[in-house]
Amino acid sequence: MSEVVISARSVSKIFGSGADKVTALDAVSVDIFQNEFFTMLGPSGCGKTTLLRLIGGFEEASSGKILLEGNELNDLPPYKRPINTVFQSYALFPHLTVRQNITFGLEMQGIDRAKANHRADEMLELVRLAQYGDRVPSQLSGGQQQRIALARALAPAPKVLLLDEPLSALDLKLRKEMQVELKRLQTETGITFVFVTHDQEEALAMSDRIAVMQFGKIQQIGAPREIYDEPTDRFVADFIGDSNFLPGNLVAAANGKHALTLANQHVIELPSVRSGQKTGDVTISIRPERLGLVAENLADQTHLMGSVKSVIYFGTDTTYEIDLGNDQTVKVRTQNGTGAMDDFGRGERVGVHVPADAIRVLVD
Amino acid sequence: MKAMLRSKRFWLIAPAVLYIGFFMAVPLVQMAYVSILERGDYGGVNWGVFSMDAYVSFLFERDLMDNLVLNTDYLQVFARSFGLSAMTTVFALILGFPTAFYISTQPQGRRNFLIFLVTIPFWTNILVRNYAWMLLLRNGGLVDGMLGWIGIETGGLDILYTPYAVSIGLTYTYLPFMVLPIYASLEKLDHRLVEAAFDLGADKRRAMSRVILPLAAPGIAAGCILVFIPCLGAYVTPELLGGGKFMMIANLIGSQFGAARNWPLGAGLGFVLLALVLIAMMVYSLKFKSLPEESR
Amino acid sequence: MKVDVSNPLWRFRGITSTAMFFFAYLYLPIVILLALSFNENKLATIWTGFTTDWYVTALSNDDMLRAAKNSIIVAVSATILATIAATFAAMGMARGRFRGEVGVSAMLVLPLLVPEIVTAIATLLFFVALGIKLGLITVIIAHTVFCIPFAYLPIRARLEGMDPALAEAANDLYANEWQAFRRVTMPLLWPGILSGAMLSFIISLDDFVISYFVGGAGATTLPIYIFGMIRIGITPEVNAVSAMMLIVSIVFVSVSFLIDRIRY
Repeated sequence: MSEVVISARSVSKIFGSGADKVTALDAVSVDIFQNEFFTMLGPSGCGKTTLLRLIGGFEEASSGKILLEGNELNDLPPYKRPINTVFQSYALFPHLTVRQNITFGLEMQGIDRAKANHRADEMLELVRLAQYGDRVPSQLSGGQQQRIALARALAPAPKVLLLDEPLSALDLKLRKEMQVELKRLQTETGITFVFVTHDQEEALAMSDRIAVMQFGKIQQIGAPREIYDEPTDRFVADFIGDSNFLPGNLVAAANGKHALTLANQHVIELPSVRSGQKTGDVTISIRPERLGLVAENLADQTHLMGSVKSVIYFGTDTTYEIDLGNDQTVKVRTQNGTGAMDDFGRGERVGVHVPADAIRVLVD
Repeated sequence: MKAMLRSKRFWLIAPAVLYIGFFMAVPLVQMAYVSILERGDYGGVNWGVFSMDAYVSFLFERDLMDNLVLNTDYLQVFARSFGLSAMTTVFALILGFPTAFYISTQPQGRRNFLIFLVTIPFWTNILVRNYAWMLLLRNGGLVDGMLGWIGIETGGLDILYTPYAVSIGLTYTYLPFMVLPIYASLEKLDHRLVEAAFDLGADKRRAMSRVILPLAAPGIAAGCILVFIPCLGAYVTPELLGGGKFMMIANLIGSQFGAARNWPLGAGLGFVLLALVLIAMMVYSLKFKSLPEESR
Repeated sequence: MKVDVSNPLWRFRGITSTAMFFFAYLYLPIVILLALSFNENKLATIWTGFTTDWYVTALSNDDMLRAAKNSIIVAVSATILATIAATFAAMGMARGRFRGEVGVSAMLVLPLLVPEIVTAIATLLFFVALGIKLGLITVIIAHTVFCIPFAYLPIRARLEGMDPALAEAANDLYANEWQAFRRVTMPLLWPGILSGAMLSFIISLDDFVISYFVGGAGATTLPIYIFGMIRIGITPEVNAVSAMMLIVSIVFVSVSFLIDRIRY
């Protein structure tokens, strides 16, 4: 990829002191590239918003450095950073009109009024609210306020745009619309977006890269497909999408391949594993939609045998819970309407098809 | 940056806190000090000469033989103040709770207006409010006239300048303090709880006594404290509606700085009144509010 | 509670009638006083006709006017001092929690807790001990003390209701601390400041007990003057002066409440 815009170098943030000490960020290092839609994803309290606020200049790092295009930012107040923020609450100035909100940042930079107004019109055009310049924020709907907050933050053409869970206050339908809209704005403006969310679907849909965070640390960074298909640990596999976790036993074979034993009955040959993977007892994850079901009479020794424990119909797909014995169950999700698979009833014996390339051996 | 923020905060808060500290907290401490000084012969105090006379004279006086004998005059004033304050609190509760409940069941816009109506008299001059009651209660005044009009000849009501008049005036003065906190707790009350009580077979009386009243208890307690405490320190009402004949604590304190010219006694009485108020507030906050966490 | 009043389930016996009695009790004296101030009859007991003569008499009374002037000097001075101090204090208190916050909060509302008579005599003793001559200055000093919490509370409430992200957003959009205050915080805060100032003004204007004790001979304020008149007896002139004070208070409080309801 291209140049690094934002770079965090082992940044820590500790709130409070003594017994109340909370480590919000624990020596996090990350590089964010030009033109990138970068998402920090994680449950609340994972440190994602803290990192965003450190980049914005609203908090001070306890240790470590934050660089913008190679220059240290640490001592600059927010108003001296060419970085703008879309706040979770939007924080539109209620006493100013929409246009005055958008020109605020430009005026503070000393850009003359006529130019600022012209820029505001461009921005209103960009977020498709050209008619709304003279309204005040309280006259706008949530989705419209959201767009104005975006227009306001984009107007000064910042090097980086920070977005702090900006879609969390919108209802599902509007949220989906705004996801598309945000992606479009990012592509059109070419500005680096740093986006914070706890919604994994949102992250997968919009991002170029995702950093999954937990306990003040980045657990995994990668493109959405990478994060989804190749989670490195149990937390990432569990947090992003649905996963089956099964115990297994891994043995290195002579040909450089590995043999994995599942449910004490079934051996699968894995063509490759992560380098340095330890053998012995391991945990594997498999996405439910990568598994398949066949009737007992069609099953052979490549299938895991079990019985149907529950069937839940979701419209587009059906999820079966299969009891493999020994207190092990797996979820299997099958697409409906493809005709590829028969319906199975509760208690029915079935064979579960496990493709070797769907198996991820997790780091413990 | 941190230290700067802290010091900026300091400079913002300092003027108000130092002002109140210097012109209120220091005088209150000094008042306690004056209460243990000797009174001056012609008013004032003899600075630096200590004496417990103020506290002794609260309970005792010296007879002609210079022996200390029990004098209950001042105790009576305290007893009367407590009695009148308690009575006022009860009256205010009887009137205030139903009113607060009524307001809390009204639509939002009407509620705000009614609450506004409740608070308005509080902001008007206390002399004027009590003066208005003098107009109403005096012989030949409106109340007297009304009674006469419905056929009760009072031959002069003679209620002004009695403890009854004082109690009516005190209730009037402090009623808003009863309504507001009760309203605040009723407003927060989830109406579905009352409906649940009905659903579980409670009639209205029991829904009121078993659900609404217990849930409004913190508001009721706050209201009672907010009426009782300022009542205890009332000065104007006993002065005007009691005609100066039915002294309460505040009038007794005031008189020490007027005709009686016993400043140490006035300061001592003031200190006792302050202590009573602070103790009442403390008991209340211990019982009804979780203590603020100092450690945070 | 959110209830439908027309639903008989929510009608409890005696509630409405008590509330009606309550409001009658609350407003009867005020209405009567206002009515009697326009009564032609000098005895002020029976209604004989409408007149504004008593207002004319009152307003041409030099002593009354002097007292009113004193009251206004005191109220304006105390309001300005208290509102400035309270605005700063509220802004300082709004910057997150800090050690000793509870103590500072208690100090700011202390004047509301201490009985008036105690404040009055303690302040009196303090001025005497310092050898400060009693007069308008001492009254202004004492009034400022109890005006601070009245100004502080509405300003603080405004700040509490303000999204802290607004000031951050201003900083984010290249406004420095001062520009953020002037362009964002101040415009959003002014209804609270004005409302607090008006409440301070009316509380100072109405105060009797504290002025009475710390005022001394030269500092007769309007309430002290009215107190003297009431002591002498009930007269139509007292009615008129009282009615005027009442109206001023009600107007100020109403305007203050309306300002405080301004929302963006």
